[in-house]
Amino acid sequence: MKRREFIGSLTALAVSPHISTTDPLVYSFTKGRAVQAGRIKLEIPPLAENGHSVAMTVTVDSPMTPSEHVRAVHLIAEKNPVRDMAVFYLGAHCPRAEVSSRIRLNGSQQVVAIAELSDGSFWSDAAYVEVREAACTDGG
Amino acid sequence: MALARIDLPDEARRGELVEVRIVIQHPMETGFRRAPQGERVPRNAIHSLVCRYRGIEVFRATLSTGIAANPFLRFFLRATQSGDLDFWWLDDDEVQGSAKARLNVT
Repeated sequence: MKRREFIGSLTALAVSPHISTTDPLVYSFTKGRAVQAGRIKLEIPPLAENGHSVAMTVTVDSPMTPSEHVRAVHLIAEKNPVRDMAVFYLGAHCPRAEVSSRIRLNGSQQVVAIAELSDGSFWSDAAYVEVREAACTDGG
Repeated sequence: MALARIDLPDEARRGELVEVRIVIQHPMETGFRRAPQGERVPRNAIHSLVCRYRGIEVFRATLSTGIAANPFLRFFLRATQSGDLDFWWLDDDEVQGSAKARLNVT
């Protein structure tokens, strides 16, 4: 393989800038498929007074029809003791790909959301949250 | 013990988008916290939650201790006919919980 072809094939992999696809947790559901940036939006306020309860909204750009919908949204915390925060399964019966919840954060960190679409593609977004007082490990 | 509050509009027109909000009373114990005497409080979090509308699954979630105590969830569904919205969940102590709300479609 020529060098130019090789470099071209690397960019074609469309590696997500948010999370490594070889991360065991990510690999457990992507099975090695590419995770691209875009189509999903993770909204978390950039500054949280404490990590016990932080509002979170995730929205995916999808028509939500039986042929084209969001299968699942995975929420991953970079520095929590339990990194696998939640998985929301939507499906074709859900008319709008938007889910909100309140999350716990063990210190300032990046939170990553990965959407799995019905065509088998994966899309990601990340949000950095500055947490003044961490949850989970305080007093323990 | 498992108390929940479901927030739905009083009524919806057929085909309308309905915002569903639920808060479940649950400690979502992380397993890292210590009681005043120093012993660890065992982990107990709701790990599975399902919502069915007229018997059809519209939303399902796998949660962990990364979700705040008294878990709050908000999602959307399309009003088709008047019917019940059934929530069901299970925590690490194998305790099931359920909540029901009626959606009136005009």
